[in-house]
Amino acid sequence: MDERYTRTAILLHWFIALLIFTAFPLGVYMHELPFSPDKLRLYSWHKWIGVSLFLLVIVRLTWRTTHRPPPLPDAMAAWEKFAAHAVHFSLYVLIIIIPLSGWLMSSAKGVQTVWLGVLPLPDLLSKNKELGDLLKEVHESLNFLMLGLIFAHAGAALKHHFIERDGILSRMLPMLRKKS
Amino acid sequence: MKYGLLPVLLLCFSSAAAEEFNSLRPQQSSVTFVSKQMGVPVAGSFNKFSADISVNPAKPETGSARISIDLNSMDAGSAEANDELGGRSWFDTRQHPVARFVSSRVTRLGDDRYEALGNMTIKGKTLPVKAPFTLKRVGDALVVDGAFAIKRLDYGIGTGIWADTSVVADDVKITFHFTVGKPRQ
Repeated sequence: MDERYTRTAILLHWFIALLIFTAFPLGVYMHELPFSPDKLRLYSWHKWIGVSLFLLVIVRLTWRTTHRPPPLPDAMAAWEKFAAHAVHFSLYVLIIIIPLSGWLMSSAKGVQTVWLGVLPLPDLLSKNKELGDLLKEVHESLNFLMLGLIFAHAGAALKHHFIERDGILSRMLPMLRKKS
Repeated sequence: MKYGLLPVLLLCFSSAAAEEFNSLRPQQSSVTFVSKQMGVPVAGSFNKFSADISVNPAKPETGSARISIDLNSMDAGSAEANDELGGRSWFDTRQHPVARFVSSRVTRLGDDRYEALGNMTIKGKTLPVKAPFTLKRVGDALVVDGAFAIKRLDYGIGTGIWADTSVVADDVKITFHFTVGKPRQ
């Protein structure tokens, strides 16, 4: 496997991964906290990361339209290729709609989202407790769905690397290639 | 010419409305506020208040206002915040259930714009405030609309861990809208 993702795609991939691995535990942790300045601070940071993720995945997808990812190895079965593409596609969709659901939830709960404390996002929904609670459930469920897909995605990458040894992980992690 | 008419208008006004407007219409009145949390403006309201407002539209400068706000009726935007606000570090509503504004003087700023000077008492602390407002005739009533900012920490609102103004800003904007009619005969 000679082909690899472009440097930009690799950078975006890992930066997005890092932000997801920050925002996810933050979200789980923060909503259990008693009402405090720390809680308000963490909520804001969580929202800022969410908006950033939304923007970054848009950049990533835009980049992808002009820089096609390298093809999957021929050795992969058709169903494996299909599964890989389906997971990638679903992850993109989730990384777009999860921040959207969080933003809408925040609006419905009566708190505007102000990115980095500077850039106010419009409130598409007006304050509505029932809708806010519903969107919280949606936001949470989508996140656990994403977590499952991330496990599948990372698990498959590790399986390719350690079992099939087909170098597929080095397409996204070029440093691995030099060693092998 | 534009201003030449004003005294005539005022004269007509004063003869037509010699008596004071001093009957608050609570359904058409509100006291709301906006605090900033992490740069996010969060709206709140005081759902119970009383206001003894007396204005003679011919001589608004002689008007007076005494406003009492039931702090237990405060809605700060979320159930979590509402539970917190009665506590000692915020409003300590057990000791200080009412916030008060008492005007001492009204000055005219121009056209229908005025400013009420007065004392604001919150959490046992009294400080002077200036509240600019407009005065408009709407139907058979007078509408007083205005806003001013207070610094919450001046009154000891949100002490201890909450004193950090990078989370909850010091400035709190208070907006008032009072509809005052003539007393019922």
